[in-house]
Amino acid sequence: MNDEQKSVTFIVHRSSFIVLLAITASAVRAEMPPLRWGGDAEGGAPFVEADPRDPSKLRGFDVEVAEKIARGLGRQPEFVQVAFNEIDQSVERGDFDMGMSGVEDTPARRAQHAVTIPYYEFHEVLTVRAEDRHRYRTMADLRGRRVGTLIGTIAYDSLKSQPLTVITYEDDVHPYSDLRQGRVDAVLLDNIIAARRLRAISGLYVQPQPVTTGRYVVVLARKNTARRDQIDNVLKAGMRDGTLERIYRKWGIWDQYQPAFFQRVLTSGQSETRNEERRTKNDVVLAYIPALLRASVITIVLSCASMALAIVIGILIASGRVYGNVFLRSILTTYVEVIRGTPVLLQLFVLYYGLSEFILLPAFLAALLGLGLNYAAYESEIYRGALEAVPRGQLEAARTLGFTETQVLRLVRGPQAFRLALAPMTNDFVALLKDSSLVSVITVVELTKQTQIFATNIGSWVVPGAMCAMLYLILSLPLSRLAGKLEARWKAPTS
Amino acid sequence: MESADLLTIESLRLSRGTREILRGISMRARRGELVALMGLSGGGKTTVLRCIIALEPFDAGTISIDGVTLHAGALPARSVMRALRRRVGMVFQLHYLFEHLTVMHNVTLAPTHVTNASRTDAERRAVELLDSLGVAHRRNALPRELSGGEAQRVAIARAMAMDPPLLLMDEPTASLDPARRGELGETLRKLTAGGRTLVITTHDDDFARDFADRVVILAEGEAVEEGTAGEVLSNPRHPATRALLAHPVSS
Repeated sequence: MNDEQKSVTFIVHRSSFIVLLAITASAVRAEMPPLRWGGDAEGGAPFVEADPRDPSKLRGFDVEVAEKIARGLGRQPEFVQVAFNEIDQSVERGDFDMGMSGVEDTPARRAQHAVTIPYYEFHEVLTVRAEDRHRYRTMADLRGRRVGTLIGTIAYDSLKSQPLTVITYEDDVHPYSDLRQGRVDAVLLDNIIAARRLRAISGLYVQPQPVTTGRYVVVLARKNTARRDQIDNVLKAGMRDGTLERIYRKWGIWDQYQPAFFQRVLTSGQSETRNEERRTKNDVVLAYIPALLRASVITIVLSCASMALAIVIGILIASGRVYGNVFLRSILTTYVEVIRGTPVLLQLFVLYYGLSEFILLPAFLAALLGLGLNYAAYESEIYRGALEAVPRGQLEAARTLGFTETQVLRLVRGPQAFRLALAPMTNDFVALLKDSSLVSVITVVELTKQTQIFATNIGSWVVPGAMCAMLYLILSLPLSRLAGKLEARWKAPTS
Repeated sequence: MESADLLTIESLRLSRGTREILRGISMRARRGELVALMGLSGGGKTTVLRCIIALEPFDAGTISIDGVTLHAGALPARSVMRALRRRVGMVFQLHYLFEHLTVMHNVTLAPTHVTNASRTDAERRAVELLDSLGVAHRRNALPRELSGGEAQRVAIARAMAMDPPLLLMDEPTASLDPARRGELGETLRKLTAGGRTLVITTHDDDFARDFADRVVILAEGEAVEEGTAGEVLSNPRHPATRALLAHPVSS
């Protein structure tokens, strides 16, 4: 009891007993801070979604379970929006008291945080195109194929060790739309998500045989074990008195597996922990090094290819703007302004998802085009400025010697402009190297994305973050030095 | 008699906005002759050179160079331009050597790309030219490493590499000390002795007296006096000529 509660009790002793009880109860409710719970409303129904009738309100079975927990602790629930992949990090930082919205029970999570007993059992199921239902029945049938899932999930972990290509998504809508369009051959995700997506997208089929079983839990900060134990009791009470069943039935997720699951949880007394993967942190870190190196290769290849494209297109745009007629100039100026005036993230989405109804670009190609076309706008401005900075006398001297305009550009103006453009170009290339991390939104796993997967799985950003930063520096420093050397060589006396 | 004139300018007029720069200039230059265009700054000397080499269109009159004729209006078509620029070379006051190329490449760039000379031929000719101008030892230097006098001689070599019958030079004496001016005069004499025609602009009456065959005085866009250097400069008749001589560049 805190001081204010004591003083309330003291006053109450001198008053009538009934009034006393009422005052105490309301005072306690008023004084207790709300129970802040973090979840991702982008996860959508039936977990957490904005109420279509009143978008300022939330609804979903996780919302109701959170309310049940809050009430059980004598508190009011208060929702905090957080990206699904950051729930663990945020709860540990103290952004909210507990995290839930399809949070899975994993050994890594149990090792890093205080985790409650599970409150729902789900199954990872394979969704395929209806016409492939006999072809891809099990994981074994998908050898060498492309399978989509969410990162940081049990489904991701179970796919990682399989001989197939895992395509990771940040949301649970695009895996299914990409499945329909043929970008992936199957999606492995929770049966709840699969059932929901099947209602929206036709022509898909869920294989009835579950691949693995998982459970949803509530995650709390590591030191918060006392609160965790209280929540365990509230959840157990909810299983016994039918509250949870009622919530699950309301949201259409009550199935034949739940009664046995409730029984196991209530009789085992303790939370179920799988001990199959007890690896030390060092092993985990070492296991990720090859993946990080592979991702670095993706980053450098993507950056170099995009930059090459940006340079070629940038030169064409700059030449068109300097030498072209009014019509060409206005088209090119519009291109440059539109590209520079809109976020590259939006451009990537449009290229990959927006255009997918007309042309189905592979992810890497879309990433290359997106970054290349975006940076072309910036490069073209550098080249245009550099071309215009070459003194007129240089051009006139070349003309009097009999060079055609094309030769003047190729032999005199271009080479001189290139030297002026080199420093800003190097700058842009280093920026591009880092901007390449944006392509993870269209499923390309490059260095930053791989680091995020790594961090999510081990539940800490410290080691992955440091390794990632080091790799970026290893990639960018030689480049800056090379550019510096080239500049020095062009400036140094050669006699 | 006609064949003796390599350059003929008739009634050349040029305005920029409301300002008349050239107001009907006529002049001639014979083969192997060094003609000095003289006059105070702003008299239109440089503009005349720019018109001759078709860097600047003009409003009225004609310019004929060795059978190629430029008319008033827009710059000539490509074929005329090509013929013209094989006949005229130019050395700019600020030289405008190609900053990104060595001396050698400055001199060989046009022969290898405009007349398609082989690299060895172009280089052999470049070495001869640079040698005759006394700058062969600087062949691997970049323009920014050259002195003003060296840069001028490289610019002459670059223009001469295309072997034009007419060479224009804008203010060649402007930044030279008296000793260097003498050397430049000797160099120009060698060029005219080989049959080449030179038209230069200058303020320097001593230089003109020593080295020019003929002098044309420009004042406010008109050719006010013309004759041999001795006649015009020793016995000035027009006030503009007298004004010019009253402000000697050096004695």
